[in-house]
Amino acid sequence: MDRDQATRQGPGFNRRDFLKGSGAAVAATAVTTAVVEQQAAAQQQAAKVVSAAPQAITLNVNGQDHKLTVEPRVTLMDALRDDLNLTGCKDVCDRANCGACTVLIDGKPVYSCTRFAIEVAGQKIVTAESLHSAEKTDLVVEKFCEHDGMQCGFCTPGFVMAVRGFCNEHPKATLEDCRKGLGGNICRCGTYAGVLQAAFDTAQAAK
Amino acid sequence: MKSFEYARPETEAEAVSFLGEVESTAILAGGTDLTSLLRAELVTPARVVDLKRIPSLHEVTKVDDGIQVGALVTLEDLARNPLLGDYRSLFDVVDGVRAIQVQGSGTIGGDLCHLPNCWYFRSGYGLLAMENGESLPDAGDNRYHAILGNSGPAKFVNASRFAPALIAWGAHVRVIGPGPQQAEWLPLEYFYVTPRTSEQGNTVLKPGQLISHVWLPTAARFASATYEVMQMEGLDWPLASAATTLKIESGIVRQASIVMGHVAPVPWVAQEASRNLLGQRLNEETASLAADIAVARATPMSMNEYKVQLARTAVKRALLKALDQSPV
Amino acid sequence: MAERKVGWEPQGQHTIIGKEVQRTDGKQKASGQAKYSNDANPPGTLFAKLLTCPHAHAKLVSLDVEKAKAVKGVKAVQIMAEPGQEIRHEGWPIVAVAAERREYAEDGVRAIVAKFEVLPHFVDEADLKGAEAAEITDGGMPAKLTKSLGTNKKGDVEAALKDAKHVHKGYYGVHTITHMCLEPHGSHAAWDGDKLNVELSTQNVSGTAGQYVKPLGVDAANVSIHCDFIGGGFGSKFAVDEWDVACAKLAKTTGRPVRLMLDRATEMQIAGNRPSAFAEVTVACDANGKVTAWDSHHWGTNGPKGSTVALAVTPYVFDPPNRNRTATGIITHCGPDRAWRAPNHPQACAYTDTALDDLAAKAGIDSLTFFQKNLDLTNLPHIYAPELEIAAKLMDWKTKWHPRGQGAGQGPIKRGIGLALHTWGGGPHQSNVQLKVHPDGTIEISMGSQDIGTGTRTCIAMVAAETFGVPLTSVKVNIGSNKYPQAGPSGGSTTIGGVTGPTRRTSQQALWKIFDLVAVKYNVDLTTLSAKAGKIWSGDKEVCSWKQAASLVGPMALELTGGPVTEEEGLTSKQVGGVQMAEVAVDTETGIVKMVKMVAVQDIGLVVNRLLARSQVYGALIMGIAYSLSEERIMDNKTGRFINANLTDYKLPRIGDIGDLVVEFYEPESEYKRGVIGLGEPPVIAPGAAISNAVANAIGVRVPVLPLTPKRVLESLKNKG
Repeated sequence: MDRDQATRQGPGFNRRDFLKGSGAAVAATAVTTAVVEQQAAAQQQAAKVVSAAPQAITLNVNGQDHKLTVEPRVTLMDALRDDLNLTGCKDVCDRANCGACTVLIDGKPVYSCTRFAIEVAGQKIVTAESLHSAEKTDLVVEKFCEHDGMQCGFCTPGFVMAVRGFCNEHPKATLEDCRKGLGGNICRCGTYAGVLQAAFDTAQAAK
Repeated sequence: MKSFEYARPETEAEAVSFLGEVESTAILAGGTDLTSLLRAELVTPARVVDLKRIPSLHEVTKVDDGIQVGALVTLEDLARNPLLGDYRSLFDVVDGVRAIQVQGSGTIGGDLCHLPNCWYFRSGYGLLAMENGESLPDAGDNRYHAILGNSGPAKFVNASRFAPALIAWGAHVRVIGPGPQQAEWLPLEYFYVTPRTSEQGNTVLKPGQLISHVWLPTAARFASATYEVMQMEGLDWPLASAATTLKIESGIVRQASIVMGHVAPVPWVAQEASRNLLGQRLNEETASLAADIAVARATPMSMNEYKVQLARTAVKRALLKALDQSPV
Repeated sequence: MAERKVGWEPQGQHTIIGKEVQRTDGKQKASGQAKYSNDANPPGTLFAKLLTCPHAHAKLVSLDVEKAKAVKGVKAVQIMAEPGQEIRHEGWPIVAVAAERREYAEDGVRAIVAKFEVLPHFVDEADLKGAEAAEITDGGMPAKLTKSLGTNKKGDVEAALKDAKHVHKGYYGVHTITHMCLEPHGSHAAWDGDKLNVELSTQNVSGTAGQYVKPLGVDAANVSIHCDFIGGGFGSKFAVDEWDVACAKLAKTTGRPVRLMLDRATEMQIAGNRPSAFAEVTVACDANGKVTAWDSHHWGTNGPKGSTVALAVTPYVFDPPNRNRTATGIITHCGPDRAWRAPNHPQACAYTDTALDDLAAKAGIDSLTFFQKNLDLTNLPHIYAPELEIAAKLMDWKTKWHPRGQGAGQGPIKRGIGLALHTWGGGPHQSNVQLKVHPDGTIEISMGSQDIGTGTRTCIAMVAAETFGVPLTSVKVNIGSNKYPQAGPSGGSTTIGGVTGPTRRTSQQALWKIFDLVAVKYNVDLTTLSAKAGKIWSGDKEVCSWKQAASLVGPMALELTGGPVTEEEGLTSKQVGGVQMAEVAVDTETGIVKMVKMVAVQDIGLVVNRLLARSQVYGALIMGIAYSLSEERIMDNKTGRFINANLTDYKLPRIGDIGDLVVEFYEPESEYKRGVIGLGEPPVIAPGAAISNAVANAIGVRVPVLPLTPKRVLESLKNKG
């Protein structure tokens, strides 16, 4: 049959000899890099196991610390929306699939529905609201307006954050790069043509 | 979502210990699957153990006989790590995940443990999707279900996207727990099981265990590729996939491993098809023949015969793609 | 300038209208600062969740909510279904629970004990014979699931078929899709004494307050409906729903504001869908390719009511001299339909223009030539003919055309092109306007309208700015409240015509009053006055600034109100035609269809905002690509459930799935002169047939049912021999 060991091919073949001999425990190789150390140091020295009851945490959002008390099961998305009234991240799909709740965490675009609030305490969270004020408007927001990468606008802040994160990581991205990298967001009105141009322009403008 | 305790171990030993303290636990890696499962209350653990702060799980290290990859290495890190540059079939998988958010959060360990996307399972009918003793996929809509290994009660397809490529490389996984010092390496191929009763899971993991690392053998002189049949260009699941690792010398296939994904409750090792390639010159014709052999024993269900063709195509294209990438 | 006549300037003479102007609320939307009903969260807000029925057909046997009331954080429960009640589809609301936090509301829902007696169901929308044979009860009595929706005959089809040179028989279909608004249906309700204030996600700001009167006993005048932004409607958000009433009741019971929005699965199950349609068609033409006869029977479902696409739009656009048509509705245990962008038309187009294209292939005639030959059977030949020429150039049709399945493509990837055409009304709705010219020169316009994504605020502001010759920033637009002058609902592509017409007329009237004041004050000839670039001019001579002119209105603002547009005014019109061409690449080894290019040539009369108008067409094309290639409601016959009611399995296109989109407006002076005509719906009609025709052209075989998934494409390829 197909799962017959004896006829297995492939480079991993030799590992079995090793396994036969060892059988039991293998010590872990744990070499900590500077990056991970830094991250760990920055993290709150909270208790390592917390109960299901509401916990006092501090979230750093858009450069400001916010104290809130939430159960471990509260997602970052819900905490942002319901506790901090930062509703630019939208609650759409229930399935970590549509991108409407995208925020930046330590500079990287993340579905905020896939993180628990307690988990990201101490990390730097950036939401769409921070990209536009009377003083300053982020280029991504400008480009979304210029190319009309929006209709009803409901998916737009999540898409804006995905593009912001994408362009941070992929300066000078081509149109094809944008098509491949931005498939994590759904727009029902069908604004992809404008979004694509906005993403491309923003990437091209990166220094 | 039901309430749960939250544990944040900082070492592997702590993780095992935190997992052992309560009866029902869930392991949080990148969160891209677990949060959905929790929200749908398909898993209802008393405690969620978040592995993100265990430094060793984020490491990619060179070991004597290959590369060791921590279970929490993200797709993005995997694709960027120079140590993994020769494992083209893994890169193909990352390239197919068309969402920067999932590339940045999703982890290799999380992918390996991703629970099936079977819509009956996701609607709360369990892995075997039985109701009143009857198999729902058998009687209902099975257009995305298994075409191989489906003679028992399990009809779902394994959801892992990396498993076919990793198995084709002969990867092993390191499973730690439930005892404080327990750790064991096993071939990834044997990590997956086809459940026969509703009490069984789809992997060998027992309560209190987790995957800490994946080991890959040295890549030198091997070519590899993954071909995923994707209906959509964005975040979507393959309808079928195939991965292959080949050693080709002077144009002749000397070693071959072909593994299909999303066609059976486990990643499906196409042994006969692989064997048939040995000593052959790989070309369109021999690749097609291997693909035919790979699906020859398929037993499609009432609505998914088309997946046989998809799996066949995936095998053929993975082989030809690997040939393109072959060093000579 | 001299003559005081309501109307638009001649083509080419507007300075703002017709240009590409960015949304005035774009930055708010893009930065997440725009607030939707789903975001309403004033202090004290409770969050509500629904318990719904997981069965397609059942009887609610018993219901116990006592444990839910005792759950931590739960403040109230509202029962929405009584024991003994028959449930006719999955997702039926049973109980609403309001709690301090959403997770507590979920705990409350989990604590409810609802027992159901499961009854036999029928959910297979394509299976007419199965529906006829199904043994289903309703209210305990045997139920008949099929309903005749009529038969209608013209001419002599039998004789025409006998005389015809080519006769084609085919089967076509399109499955149900949902609206899938990203903002789910729902509302935030707050009581202030006997006044009810609702943040309602609605396409119908002015028309929904009255719907609270009967269920709540509240005075209509005491209901405020507010909706600054709506996260998608597409025809599904005209009414106050039972869960909105439950939300208001929970708010009353608790004395707290309550927000209740549907979760994603429930949104898909019960908040609207587009009916399916499947058709058996016989169509015939003479030796010249002239269509002489049509005979069809179509069926499908819209859920419990048992209807499908209207007989009247069959066949679609083309009306041959001899024609029989019959329709049958199927009652299913599926969620109920709601108006979906261009109701009836996309499905009718999908089974008409495909059948015609198959007939063309049978007759050995280039599809473009075939459609051109038959334009005199349509309502708008003078529109379609030039549009087809334009589209053919943009698609490079002549170069790309090849007989079916005979493309030069290499390997398994086959290219093909196809076309289809459509029509839509798009006349204006009834909207009233209040306009104020403030003495400081700012202009304020209020309408009880809404922006469903069209850019309502922007278009109103553009028309006023154009008329008064002021910058957009001088115009302040108030919409989104039923306390503003009553405006029509945003449906049927009626909004832009409906709001810009009254705005133009009332702005012109206000400007004339100001001209009267300017003429006296500056002693200039009234008949020479015009307003441009922030100034008032007498001929070429500057008279005063706009601010100086506005200051003449006195200490209080000049206020005018205006009623809906009338046909005679010439500001708006209706009935447009559009042509679309699609190019696809089909992988014949996987059945995967990729969009290469789509061309849309659309008549919309006068274009108000070219940037936003193009967006509307892009959006329609992308929605069309969705239901053509991947999007469908999948009802599981075994469980009776909407088994893909989630955004993983309900496959919508992403940014990489759309190919190149080319949009061209057909706007010769003859069409421009008709004024503003709505655009939201027409371009969503033709993609199904155009894409299906392109796939048939590519692979040489018709894939009869939309969406054209790998499964269906491979099955059609396999069965062709």
